[in-house]
Amino acid sequence: MTERKIRVLVAKPGLDGHDRGAKVVARALRDAGMEVIYTGLRQTPEMIAEAALQEDVDAVGLSILSGAHMALVPRVLELLKANGQQGVKVFLGGIIPDEDLPRLKEIGVTGVYGPGASTDDIVADIRASIPLVA
Amino acid sequence: MNSSLAQAVLAGDRLALARLLSRVENDTAEGRAALDELFPLTGRAHLIGVTGAPGTGKSSLVNQLAVFFRQQGQKVAIIAVDPSSPFTGGAVLGDRVRMKDLQGDAGVFIRSMASRGSLGGLATATAQMAQVFDAAGFEIVIIETVGAGQSEVDIARLAHTTLVVEAPGLGDDIQAIKAGILEIADILVINKADRPGVESTERALKSMLELAHPVQRIFLHHGQMMTLAGEEPTAGLWIPPICKTVAPDGSGLPELVQAIEKHADYLRQSGDWIRRDRARLEAEFDLLLQETLVAQFRAHLTESRLQSAIASIHSRQASPREVLAKLLEEMPR
Repeated sequence: MTERKIRVLVAKPGLDGHDRGAKVVARALRDAGMEVIYTGLRQTPEMIAEAALQEDVDAVGLSILSGAHMALVPRVLELLKANGQQGVKVFLGGIIPDEDLPRLKEIGVTGVYGPGASTDDIVADIRASIPLVA
Repeated sequence: MNSSLAQAVLAGDRLALARLLSRVENDTAEGRAALDELFPLTGRAHLIGVTGAPGTGKSSLVNQLAVFFRQQGQKVAIIAVDPSSPFTGGAVLGDRVRMKDLQGDAGVFIRSMASRGSLGGLATATAQMAQVFDAAGFEIVIIETVGAGQSEVDIARLAHTTLVVEAPGLGDDIQAIKAGILEIADILVINKADRPGVESTERALKSMLELAHPVQRIFLHHGQMMTLAGEEPTAGLWIPPICKTVAPDGSGLPELVQAIEKHADYLRQSGDWIRRDRARLEAEFDLLLQETLVAQFRAHLTESRLQSAIASIHSRQASPREVLAKLLEEMPR
Protein backbone atom coordinates (compact mmCIF):
# COMPACT_ATOMS: atom_id res chain seq x y z
CA MET A 1 0.00 0.00 0.00
CA THR A 2 1.27 3.45 -0.88
CA GLU A 3 2.08 5.64 2.08
CA ARG A 4 -0.55 8.25 2.75
CA LYS A 5 0.66 11.71 1.81
CA ILE A 6 -0.42 14.95 3.39
CA ARG A 7 -1.97 17.12 0.66
CA VAL A 8 -1.95 20.89 1.09
CA LEU A 9 -3.46 23.57 -1.13
CA VAL A 10 -1.38 26.76 -1.19
CA ALA A 11 -3.32 29.72 -2.51
CA LYS A 12 -3.15 33.49 -2.68
CA PRO A 13 -6.57 35.03 -2.38
CA GLY A 14 -7.15 38.69 -3.12
CA LEU A 15 -5.40 41.18 -5.30
CA ASP A 16 -1.83 41.62 -4.07
CA GLY A 17 0.74 40.15 -6.41
CA HIS A 18 3.45 39.13 -3.98
CA ASP A 19 3.67 35.35 -4.10
CA ARG A 20 7.24 34.85 -2.94
CA GLY A 21 6.17 33.84 0.56
CA ALA A 22 3.64 31.37 -0.78
CA LYS A 23 6.28 29.83 -3.02
CA VAL A 24 8.80 29.54 -0.18
CA VAL A 25 6.23 27.76 1.95
CA ALA A 26 5.17 25.51 -0.95
CA ARG A 27 8.79 24.51 -1.46
CA ALA A 28 9.32 23.87 2.27
CA LEU A 29 6.25 21.63 2.45
CA ARG A 30 7.46 19.77 -0.63
CA ASP A 31 10.82 19.21 1.05
CA ALA A 32 8.97 17.89 4.08
CA GLY A 33 7.45 15.20 1.86
CA MET A 34 4.01 16.73 1.39
CA GLU A 35 2.09 17.06 -1.86
CA VAL A 36 1.42 20.73 -2.45
CA ILE A 37 -1.19 21.91 -4.91
CA TYR A 38 -0.19 25.42 -5.91
CA THR A 39 -2.91 27.55 -7.46
CA GLY A 40 -1.19 30.87 -8.03
CA LEU A 41 -2.27 34.46 -7.69
CA ARG A 42 -5.60 36.26 -7.47
CA GLN A 43 -7.83 33.45 -6.30
CA THR A 44 -11.32 34.15 -5.05
CA PRO A 45 -12.51 32.29 -1.94
CA GLU A 46 -14.87 30.37 -4.24
CA MET A 47 -11.97 29.22 -6.44
CA ILE A 48 -9.98 28.16 -3.38
CA ALA A 49 -12.84 26.16 -1.87
CA GLU A 50 -13.51 24.46 -5.19
CA ALA A 51 -9.86 23.50 -5.64
CA ALA A 52 -9.70 22.23 -2.04
CA LEU A 53 -12.70 20.03 -2.75
CA GLN A 54 -11.49 18.60 -6.06
CA GLU A 55 -8.04 17.92 -4.65
CA ASP A 56 -9.37 16.44 -1.38
CA VAL A 57 -6.69 18.26 0.62
CA ASP A 58 -5.96 17.93 4.32
CA ALA A 59 -4.99 21.57 4.74
CA VAL A 60 -5.24 24.93 3.01
CA GLY A 61 -2.48 27.54 3.31
CA LEU A 62 -3.51 31.10 2.49
CA SER A 63 -1.05 33.91 1.88
CA ILE A 64 -2.46 37.42 2.23
CA LEU A 65 -0.42 40.60 2.25
CA SER A 66 -3.11 43.04 1.23
CA GLY A 67 -4.80 43.52 4.60
CA ALA A 68 -8.00 41.93 3.36
CA HIS A 69 -7.63 38.82 5.52
CA MET A 70 -10.58 39.61 7.79
CA ALA A 71 -12.83 39.56 4.74
CA LEU A 72 -11.23 36.70 2.79
CA VAL A 73 -10.42 34.14 5.48
CA PRO A 74 -13.91 33.86 7.05
CA ARG A 75 -15.36 33.45 3.56
CA VAL A 76 -12.96 30.60 2.71
CA LEU A 77 -13.81 28.84 5.99
CA GLU A 78 -17.53 29.30 5.35
CA LEU A 79 -17.27 27.80 1.86
CA LEU A 80 -15.16 24.84 3.02
CA LYS A 81 -17.81 24.11 5.61
CA ALA A 82 -20.62 24.44 3.07
CA ASN A 83 -18.84 21.86 0.92
CA GLY A 84 -18.59 19.41 3.80
CA GLN A 85 -14.89 20.05 4.30
CA GLN A 86 -15.05 21.41 7.85
CA GLY A 87 -12.22 19.01 8.75
CA VAL A 88 -9.73 20.80 6.49
CA LYS A 89 -7.19 22.79 8.53
CA VAL A 90 -6.62 26.39 7.45
CA PHE A 91 -3.27 28.13 7.89
CA LEU A 92 -2.61 31.79 7.19
CA GLY A 93 0.58 33.62 6.33
CA GLY A 94 1.30 37.26 5.59
CA ILE A 95 1.02 40.61 7.29
CA ILE A 96 -1.53 39.95 10.01
CA PRO A 97 -1.87 42.45 12.90
CA ASP A 98 -1.80 40.92 16.37
CA GLU A 99 -5.23 42.29 17.27
CA ASP A 100 -6.81 40.13 14.55
CA LEU A 101 -5.37 36.88 15.91
CA PRO A 102 -8.03 36.08 18.54
CA ARG A 103 -10.84 36.52 16.01
CA LEU A 104 -9.05 34.39 13.40
CA LYS A 105 -8.51 31.57 15.92
CA GLU A 106 -12.11 31.86 16.98
CA ILE A 107 -13.45 31.28 13.47
CA GLY A 108 -11.23 28.22 13.10
CA VAL A 109 -7.84 29.21 11.67
CA THR A 110 -5.31 26.65 12.91
CA GLY A 111 -2.11 28.69 12.58
CA VAL A 112 -1.02 32.23 11.64
CA TYR A 113 2.51 33.08 10.50
CA GLY A 114 4.06 36.50 9.96
CA PRO A 115 7.40 37.66 8.55
CA GLY A 116 10.31 35.71 9.99
CA ALA A 117 8.27 32.64 10.84
CA SER A 118 10.27 29.44 10.47
CA THR A 119 9.17 27.00 7.80
CA ASP A 120 10.10 24.18 10.21
CA ASP A 121 7.42 25.43 12.59
CA ILE A 122 4.85 25.56 9.78
CA VAL A 123 5.69 22.00 8.74
CA ALA A 124 5.52 20.77 12.35
CA ASP A 125 2.18 22.53 12.97
CA ILE A 126 0.62 21.08 9.82
CA ARG A 127 1.83 17.59 10.70
CA ALA A 128 0.54 17.89 14.25
CA SER A 129 -2.89 19.06 13.11
CA ILE A 130 -3.57 16.22 10.70
CA PRO A 131 -4.45 12.73 11.92
CA LEU A 132 -2.19 10.13 10.34
CA VAL A 133 -4.94 7.66 9.61
CA ALA A 134 -7.43 8.82 7.01
CA MET B 1 -20.94 -5.43 -1.38
CA ASN B 2 -22.29 -1.97 -2.03
CA SER B 3 -19.93 0.82 -1.17
CA SER B 4 -21.72 3.97 -0.16
CA LEU B 5 -18.85 5.99 -1.58
CA ALA B 6 -19.35 4.54 -5.06
CA GLN B 7 -23.10 5.14 -4.82
CA ALA B 8 -22.56 8.75 -3.75
CA VAL B 9 -20.18 9.26 -6.69
CA LEU B 10 -22.79 7.90 -9.09
CA ALA B 11 -25.35 10.25 -7.56
CA GLY B 12 -23.10 13.16 -8.51
CA ASP B 13 -21.63 13.99 -5.09
CA ARG B 14 -18.40 15.87 -5.86
CA LEU B 15 -16.93 15.54 -2.37
CA ALA B 16 -17.48 11.78 -2.51
CA LEU B 17 -15.77 11.75 -5.91
CA ALA B 18 -12.77 13.66 -4.53
CA ARG B 19 -12.53 11.30 -1.57
CA LEU B 20 -12.85 8.19 -3.70
CA LEU B 21 -10.03 9.46 -5.92
CA SER B 22 -7.83 9.72 -2.80
CA ARG B 23 -8.76 6.20 -1.67
CA VAL B 24 -7.93 4.89 -5.13
CA GLU B 25 -4.69 6.85 -5.29
CA ASN B 26 -3.67 5.45 -1.89
CA ASP B 27 -4.80 1.94 -2.91
CA THR B 28 -6.94 1.40 0.18
CA ALA B 29 -9.35 -1.51 0.64
CA GLU B 30 -12.28 0.90 0.41
CA GLY B 31 -10.93 2.29 -2.86
CA ARG B 32 -10.50 -1.18 -4.32
CA ALA B 33 -14.02 -2.22 -3.38
CA ALA B 34 -15.49 0.91 -4.94
CA LEU B 35 -13.45 0.36 -8.13
CA ASP B 36 -14.81 -3.19 -8.39
CA GLU B 37 -18.31 -1.83 -8.04
CA LEU B 38 -17.81 0.91 -10.62
CA PHE B 39 -15.96 -1.20 -13.16
CA PRO B 40 -19.02 -2.31 -15.20
CA LEU B 41 -19.77 1.37 -15.85
CA THR B 42 -16.36 2.11 -17.37
CA GLY B 43 -15.33 2.00 -20.99
CA ARG B 44 -17.47 4.91 -22.18
CA ALA B 45 -15.21 7.96 -21.86
CA HIS B 46 -12.79 9.20 -24.48
CA LEU B 47 -9.37 9.21 -22.80
CA ILE B 48 -7.12 11.89 -24.25
CA GLY B 49 -3.45 11.93 -23.27
CA VAL B 50 -1.38 15.12 -23.44
CA THR B 51 2.38 14.73 -23.20
CA GLY B 52 5.52 16.61 -24.18
CA ALA B 53 8.63 18.24 -22.77
CA PRO B 54 8.39 20.56 -19.74
CA GLY B 55 7.43 24.10 -20.73
CA THR B 56 5.82 23.28 -24.06
CA GLY B 57 2.49 24.52 -22.71
CA LYS B 58 0.67 21.29 -21.94
CA SER B 59 -1.37 22.70 -19.05
CA SER B 60 -2.46 25.80 -20.97
CA LEU B 61 -3.45 23.62 -23.89
CA VAL B 62 -5.43 21.28 -21.64
CA ASN B 63 -7.21 24.34 -20.23
CA GLN B 64 -8.24 25.46 -23.72
CA LEU B 65 -9.23 21.96 -24.81
CA ALA B 66 -11.47 21.62 -21.78
CA VAL B 67 -13.09 25.00 -22.50
CA PHE B 68 -13.81 23.80 -26.03
CA PHE B 69 -15.30 20.46 -24.97
CA ARG B 70 -17.43 22.28 -22.40
CA GLN B 71 -18.88 24.49 -25.13
CA GLN B 72 -20.02 21.27 -26.80
CA GLY B 73 -21.75 20.32 -23.55
CA GLN B 74 -19.49 17.43 -22.63
CA LYS B 75 -18.39 16.81 -19.04
CA VAL B 76 -14.62 17.01 -18.73
CA ALA B 77 -12.29 15.50 -16.12
CA ILE B 78 -8.63 16.39 -16.01
CA ILE B 79 -5.90 14.37 -14.32
CA ALA B 80 -2.71 16.43 -14.19
CA VAL B 81 0.40 14.51 -13.17
CA ASP B 82 3.51 16.27 -11.88
CA PRO B 83 6.70 14.67 -10.55
CA SER B 84 7.36 13.70 -6.94
CA SER B 85 10.76 14.48 -5.48
CA PRO B 86 12.96 11.37 -5.57
CA PHE B 87 14.52 12.49 -2.29
CA THR B 88 11.65 13.54 -0.05
CA GLY B 89 8.61 12.12 -1.85
CA GLY B 90 7.06 15.57 -1.73
CA ALA B 91 5.73 17.43 -4.76
CA VAL B 92 4.56 20.81 -5.93
CA LEU B 93 1.64 20.29 -8.28
CA GLY B 94 1.27 23.47 -10.28
CA ASP B 95 -0.86 22.60 -13.28
CA ARG B 96 -3.97 24.26 -11.87
CA VAL B 97 -2.25 27.65 -12.20
CA ARG B 98 -2.88 27.46 -15.97
CA MET B 99 -6.43 26.17 -15.68
CA LYS B 100 -8.21 29.17 -14.20
CA ASP B 101 -10.76 29.39 -17.03
CA LEU B 102 -12.33 26.18 -15.80
CA GLN B 103 -13.10 27.24 -12.27
CA GLY B 104 -16.69 27.59 -11.18
CA ASP B 105 -17.90 25.13 -13.81
CA ALA B 106 -19.63 22.08 -12.33
CA GLY B 107 -19.04 20.18 -15.57
CA VAL B 108 -15.29 20.16 -15.00
CA PHE B 109 -13.29 18.30 -12.37
CA ILE B 110 -9.55 18.85 -12.12
CA ARG B 111 -7.38 16.55 -10.04
CA SER B 112 -3.63 17.00 -9.56
CA MET B 113 -1.58 13.90 -8.98
CA ALA B 114 2.01 13.33 -7.93
CA SER B 115 3.92 10.64 -9.82
CA ARG B 116 5.02 9.01 -6.51
CA GLY B 117 8.11 7.33 -7.88
CA SER B 118 6.54 5.96 -11.05
CA LEU B 119 8.79 6.53 -14.05
CA GLY B 120 6.66 6.25 -17.18
CA GLY B 121 5.22 9.78 -17.04
CA LEU B 122 2.12 8.77 -15.08
CA ALA B 123 1.49 7.60 -11.53
CA THR B 124 0.64 3.99 -10.70
CA ALA B 125 -2.99 4.80 -9.96
CA THR B 126 -3.63 7.15 -12.91
CA ALA B 127 -5.44 4.47 -14.90
CA GLN B 128 -7.69 3.64 -11.95
CA MET B 129 -8.47 7.30 -11.36
CA ALA B 130 -9.44 7.62 -15.02
CA GLN B 131 -11.78 4.67 -14.51
CA VAL B 132 -13.47 6.47 -11.62
CA PHE B 133 -14.08 9.56 -13.77
CA ASP B 134 -15.28 7.34 -16.62
CA ALA B 135 -17.80 5.59 -14.37
CA ALA B 136 -18.87 8.91 -12.86
CA GLY B 137 -20.09 10.00 -16.29
CA PHE B 138 -17.33 12.28 -17.55
CA GLU B 139 -17.37 11.91 -21.34
CA ILE B 140 -13.90 13.36 -21.81
CA VAL B 141 -10.98 12.46 -19.53
CA ILE B 142 -7.83 14.46 -20.30
CA ILE B 143 -4.65 13.07 -18.78
CA GLU B 144 -1.66 15.38 -18.68
CA THR B 145 1.63 13.58 -18.07
CA VAL B 146 4.66 14.91 -16.23
CA GLY B 147 6.94 16.95 -18.45
CA ALA B 148 8.20 14.08 -20.56
CA GLY B 149 11.58 13.42 -22.09
CA GLN B 150 12.06 10.66 -24.59
CA SER B 151 10.78 7.52 -22.95
CA GLU B 152 7.75 8.47 -20.87
CA VAL B 153 5.39 6.60 -23.12
CA ASP B 154 2.95 4.96 -20.65
CA ILE B 155 0.30 7.42 -21.73
CA ALA B 156 -0.01 5.69 -25.12
CA ARG B 157 -1.06 2.53 -23.31
CA LEU B 158 -3.74 4.34 -21.33
CA ALA B 159 -5.22 6.93 -23.69
CA HIS B 160 -7.33 6.44 -26.79
CA THR B 161 -5.81 9.53 -28.37
CA THR B 162 -2.34 10.77 -27.51
CA LEU B 163 -1.31 14.37 -28.20
CA VAL B 164 2.42 15.04 -28.21
CA VAL B 165 3.05 18.74 -27.64
CA GLU B 166 6.13 20.38 -29.10
CA ALA B 167 7.23 23.98 -29.12
CA PRO B 168 9.48 25.81 -31.60
CA GLY B 169 13.19 25.73 -30.91
CA LEU B 170 13.44 22.49 -28.99
CA GLY B 171 15.40 20.30 -31.36
CA ASP B 172 16.37 19.53 -34.91
CA ASP B 173 15.39 16.81 -37.34
CA ILE B 174 17.62 14.26 -35.61
CA GLN B 175 15.50 14.58 -32.47
CA ALA B 176 12.50 14.01 -34.66
CA ILE B 177 13.66 10.65 -36.04
CA LYS B 178 14.62 9.20 -32.66
CA ALA B 179 12.38 6.55 -31.23
CA GLY B 180 10.16 7.24 -28.27
CA ILE B 181 7.79 10.01 -27.54
CA LEU B 182 7.15 11.27 -31.08
CA GLU B 183 6.32 7.73 -32.14
CA ILE B 184 3.38 7.51 -29.76
CA ALA B 185 1.69 10.63 -31.12
CA ASP B 186 -1.74 10.24 -32.64
CA ILE B 187 -1.73 14.00 -33.09
CA LEU B 188 1.32 16.26 -33.07
CA VAL B 189 0.78 19.71 -31.65
CA ILE B 190 3.17 22.60 -32.20
CA ASN B 191 2.16 24.91 -29.40
CA LYS B 192 3.44 28.49 -29.03
CA ALA B 193 3.08 28.68 -32.80
CA ASP B 194 3.41 32.47 -32.68
CA ARG B 195 7.08 32.08 -31.77
CA PRO B 196 9.95 32.21 -34.24
CA GLY B 197 11.19 28.86 -35.53
CA VAL B 198 7.76 27.35 -35.99
CA GLU B 199 8.43 26.64 -39.70
CA SER B 200 11.57 24.61 -39.04
CA THR B 201 9.86 22.64 -36.26
CA GLU B 202 7.01 21.88 -38.60
CA ARG B 203 9.41 20.89 -41.36
CA ALA B 204 11.30 18.54 -39.02
CA LEU B 205 8.11 16.86 -37.82
CA LYS B 206 6.77 16.57 -41.36
CA SER B 207 9.93 14.92 -42.62
CA MET B 208 9.78 12.57 -39.66
CA LEU B 209 6.25 11.56 -40.64
CA GLU B 210 7.27 11.06 -44.26
CA LEU B 211 10.20 8.87 -43.28
CA ALA B 212 8.06 6.77 -41.00
CA HIS B 213 6.76 3.46 -42.23
CA PRO B 214 3.07 3.45 -41.66
CA VAL B 215 2.43 1.13 -38.75
CA GLN B 216 -0.69 0.33 -36.85
CA ARG B 217 0.00 1.36 -33.29
CA ILE B 218 -2.27 -0.71 -31.16
CA PHE B 219 -1.08 -3.71 -29.31
CA LEU B 220 0.65 -2.60 -26.19
CA HIS B 221 1.50 -5.65 -24.25
CA HIS B 222 4.11 -6.51 -21.64
CA GLY B 223 5.53 -3.02 -21.82
CA GLN B 224 6.22 -3.29 -25.50
CA MET B 225 4.53 -1.67 -28.39
CA MET B 226 3.77 -4.42 -30.83
CA THR B 227 3.17 -3.17 -34.30
CA LEU B 228 1.41 -4.76 -37.20
CA ALA B 229 2.55 -4.01 -40.72
CA GLY B 230 0.04 -1.83 -42.46
CA GLU B 231 -1.85 -4.12 -44.75
CA GLU B 232 -5.41 -3.14 -44.09
CA PRO B 233 -6.71 -1.78 -47.36
CA THR B 234 -10.19 -0.99 -46.06
CA ALA B 235 -9.54 0.98 -42.89
CA GLY B 236 -6.41 2.79 -44.00
CA LEU B 237 -3.82 3.87 -41.50
CA TRP B 238 -3.85 6.90 -39.30
CA ILE B 239 -1.23 9.45 -40.24
CA PRO B 240 -0.73 11.82 -37.30
CA PRO B 241 -1.77 15.32 -38.31
CA ILE B 242 0.25 18.34 -37.20
CA CYS B 243 -1.78 21.04 -35.46
CA LYS B 244 -0.41 24.49 -34.70
CA THR B 245 -1.80 26.20 -31.62
CA VAL B 246 -1.32 29.27 -29.47
CA ALA B 247 -2.85 28.17 -26.18
CA PRO B 248 -3.36 31.56 -24.45
CA ASP B 249 -5.57 33.01 -27.19
CA GLY B 250 -7.05 29.71 -28.33
CA SER B 251 -5.95 29.93 -31.94
CA GLY B 252 -5.72 26.59 -33.69
CA LEU B 253 -7.95 25.00 -31.05
CA PRO B 254 -10.98 24.34 -33.30
CA GLU B 255 -8.70 22.49 -35.73
CA LEU B 256 -7.12 20.52 -32.88
CA VAL B 257 -10.48 19.47 -31.45
CA GLN B 258 -11.56 18.48 -34.95
CA ALA B 259 -8.45 16.31 -35.30
CA ILE B 260 -9.19 14.66 -31.93
CA GLU B 261 -12.75 13.89 -33.01
CA LYS B 262 -11.53 12.59 -36.35
CA HIS B 263 -9.11 10.29 -34.54
CA ALA B 264 -11.92 8.97 -32.32
CA ASP B 265 -13.97 8.24 -35.46
CA TYR B 266 -10.99 6.50 -37.02
CA LEU B 267 -10.50 4.35 -33.91
CA ARG B 268 -14.14 3.33 -33.88
CA GLN B 269 -14.35 2.58 -37.59
CA SER B 270 -11.10 0.67 -37.82
CA GLY B 271 -11.82 -1.41 -34.74
CA ASP B 272 -8.76 0.00 -32.98
CA TRP B 273 -10.92 1.44 -30.20
CA ILE B 274 -11.94 -2.05 -29.14
CA ARG B 275 -8.47 -3.47 -29.67
CA ARG B 276 -6.81 -0.73 -27.63
CA ASP B 277 -9.38 -1.16 -24.87
CA ARG B 278 -8.72 -4.88 -24.75
CA ALA B 279 -4.95 -4.45 -24.82
CA ARG B 280 -5.13 -1.95 -21.99
CA LEU B 281 -7.28 -4.21 -19.82
CA GLU B 282 -5.01 -7.15 -20.58
CA ALA B 283 -1.93 -5.19 -19.52
CA GLU B 284 -3.74 -4.06 -16.37
CA PHE B 285 -4.76 -7.62 -15.56
CA ASP B 286 -1.23 -8.80 -16.16
CA LEU B 287 0.15 -6.26 -13.71
CA LEU B 288 -2.44 -7.23 -11.11
CA LEU B 289 -1.58 -10.90 -11.59
CA GLN B 290 2.10 -10.22 -11.01
CA GLU B 291 1.46 -8.12 -7.90
CA THR B 292 -0.89 -10.72 -6.45
CA LEU B 293 1.37 -13.69 -7.12
CA VAL B 294 4.38 -11.93 -5.65
CA ALA B 295 2.36 -10.99 -2.57
CA GLN B 296 1.15 -14.60 -2.16
CA PHE B 297 4.65 -15.96 -2.58
CA ARG B 298 6.06 -13.55 -0.01
CA ALA B 299 3.26 -14.35 2.42
CA HIS B 300 4.37 -18.00 2.52
CA LEU B 301 8.05 -17.24 2.76
CA THR B 302 9.57 -16.58 6.17
CA GLU B 303 12.16 -13.85 6.44
CA SER B 304 14.80 -16.34 7.67
CA ARG B 305 14.19 -18.70 4.74
CA LEU B 306 14.47 -15.75 2.35
CA GLN B 307 17.72 -14.63 3.96
CA SER B 308 19.25 -18.13 3.79
CA ALA B 309 18.22 -18.34 0.12
CA ILE B 310 19.85 -14.99 -0.64
CA ALA B 311 22.95 -16.12 1.28
CA SER B 312 23.31 -19.22 -0.86
CA ILE B 313 23.09 -17.05 -3.97
CA HIS B 314 25.57 -14.57 -2.55
CA SER B 315 28.10 -17.33 -1.75
CA ARG B 316 27.69 -18.59 -5.32
CA GLN B 317 26.44 -22.01 -4.15
CA ALA B 318 23.44 -21.81 -6.41
CA SER B 319 22.20 -19.50 -9.14
CA PRO B 320 19.21 -17.22 -8.49
CA ARG B 321 17.12 -19.34 -10.85
CA GLU B 322 18.00 -22.59 -9.03
CA VAL B 323 17.21 -21.06 -5.65
CA LEU B 324 13.88 -19.79 -6.89
CA ALA B 325 12.97 -23.22 -8.28
CA LYS B 326 13.71 -24.70 -4.86
CA LEU B 327 11.63 -22.11 -3.03
CA LEU B 328 8.72 -22.71 -5.38
CA GLU B 329 8.93 -26.46 -4.65
CA GLU B 330 8.66 -25.70 -0.93
CA MET B 331 5.45 -23.69 -1.41
CA PRO B 332 2.26 -25.28 -0.10
CA ARG B 333 -0.10 -26.20 -2.90
